[in-house]
Amino acid sequence: MVGKSSISRKLFVGCNTAFLLLFCAFCILPFVHLLALSLSSKSAASVGLVFLWPVEFTMKSYQFVLQKPEFLKSLGITVERVALGTFVNMALTILAAYPLAKEKKHFRFRTVYVWFFVFTLLFSGGLIPTYMVVSSLELKNTIWALIIPGALPIFNLVLLLNFFRGLPKEIEESAFMDGAGHYTILWKMYVPLSAPALATIGLFAVVGHWNSWFDGLIYMSSPTKYPLQTYLQSLVIETNSKILTKATAELLRHISDRTVRAAQIFIGALPVLMIYPFLQKYFMSGIVLGSVKE
Amino acid sequence: MKLKHEIPMHVMLLPGVLVTLIFSYGPMAGLIMAFQNYIPAFGMLKSEWVGLKNFTYIFNLPDVGQVVWNTVYIAFLKIVFSAVVTIVLALLIHEVTQKKLKRTVQTIIYLPYFLSWIILGAILRDMLAMDGIVNQTLGSFGIEPMMFLGNNALFPYLLVVTDCWQTVGFGTIVYLAAISSINPMLYEASVIDGASRLRQVWHITLPGMKPIIVLLLTLSLGSILNAGFDQIFVLYSPMVYESGDVIDTWVYRAGLVDAQFSIATAVGLFRSVVSFILISLSYYLAHKYANYRIF
Repeated sequence: MVGKSSISRKLFVGCNTAFLLLFCAFCILPFVHLLALSLSSKSAASVGLVFLWPVEFTMKSYQFVLQKPEFLKSLGITVERVALGTFVNMALTILAAYPLAKEKKHFRFRTVYVWFFVFTLLFSGGLIPTYMVVSSLELKNTIWALIIPGALPIFNLVLLLNFFRGLPKEIEESAFMDGAGHYTILWKMYVPLSAPALATIGLFAVVGHWNSWFDGLIYMSSPTKYPLQTYLQSLVIETNSKILTKATAELLRHISDRTVRAAQIFIGALPVLMIYPFLQKYFMSGIVLGSVKE
Repeated sequence: MKLKHEIPMHVMLLPGVLVTLIFSYGPMAGLIMAFQNYIPAFGMLKSEWVGLKNFTYIFNLPDVGQVVWNTVYIAFLKIVFSAVVTIVLALLIHEVTQKKLKRTVQTIIYLPYFLSWIILGAILRDMLAMDGIVNQTLGSFGIEPMMFLGNNALFPYLLVVTDCWQTVGFGTIVYLAAISSINPMLYEASVIDGASRLRQVWHITLPGMKPIIVLLLTLSLGSILNAGFDQIFVLYSPMVYESGDVIDTWVYRAGLVDAQFSIATAVGLFRSVVSFILISLSYYLAHKYANYRIF
């Protein structure tokens, strides 16, 4: 773009930068505040002295949280869910996207299948009937209730199939000439060529499983089976219903409910805060390429 | 020969088809509960048929009108407000010429989109509490502390603003892609014609973005009955049911908390049918006017 460096231009650039940095501050300061709160002492937190820097720095809240059996249990369930769920999501999405990316002359039933899947984006049975299906299959109180119903995320499927369609057709044709089958083409050519798209849907799958809480709430009948976010939800919304054991009462003399909660919430956000900056450069191109069609 | 070539592709689709059949189409069959007086002990086959009685019952409930109105009002405000903020933000980010600054800004503003409403809600609840950081800051300007999350006059707008805060950065991705695909020659020509920066935005950038703006607004029409369950569930309380209760939260409470399965399913069916019509309409319009296809 052409631009003269006039005074008004400089003024605009300055204001624009300042505004965007302010906006960034709004996006990130709440998390800094949370971190500061979790690292502050009970007395400082309860009188509201903590803003963006820990007051009377202490790690006691984290010590307490990392010994808390419910927290560790739910963390374990979430880790299992993310590993298993992401694997299932990726496998099913890749397998389904390949045939759907074919042209109609190569796969006659393509349109039928696509409509079969896309219709579920337009119309659904809703909360109660879905709940009944899951409970009648006796999936309740098992980790499968959190994984199988959403095993094929249709949005990711659409993203990946659009990406696959953008790959050059010539590679595939020459592979067929050399006698390669569909599975060879999919795993040896499509998958390696689709790193940005796969990183994108992988990120969505990981974050989706890590963040889900509602299915945990309705499909698990006992809080001991809650995944982390459901456990955090019960903590945030139902703060009044906790039972103090002698050991926790002793510990709570030094730490407060507020700092402990902050520590747990921060740990709940931490993996996303850590992995997402690294995958970000992929998902931008992944989303744009997957959503733009010629 | 052709069939043999296609069989592996049917096999590849099989797991996805099974899952979708059971967990997406299965519940659609379950919608018949809406026309029954469903009693769990009898199951769907033996429960009594009541025709449209559940629907007439619902539409005579005093609070249903309010719930539907809340849903549409909150969703509408969210769509309009986010669209405006997202477009302005995308324009401003595009003006940043320093690559490093641009990348940093983008990384930070996408972040809230990737955190769950549990995390965001917990932070907001803490910050907006009576003794929270927001009230303290306001207090230092001599403003009395407010109960933000318990105030019916403020609650819908709080939902709109916090939703915008979560999604706006992520929303800029598509707009930024649209802006960067505008032909740079147009800008060069306009400079020769003596156009100011603002006129360039008005006559080149915005018209260049118009197709994608129209497309995204059209598609968002389909979500007018979806005001955001997670967010509201985490932030609301009985104090703000009057202004914050939407169809999804109502169905959750009536269905799973109070176990009125038939009633809740009937409301869910009503919502699904209206949404289906709206989404189909929006896809039709998007196809006709913006030449958009889902696949």
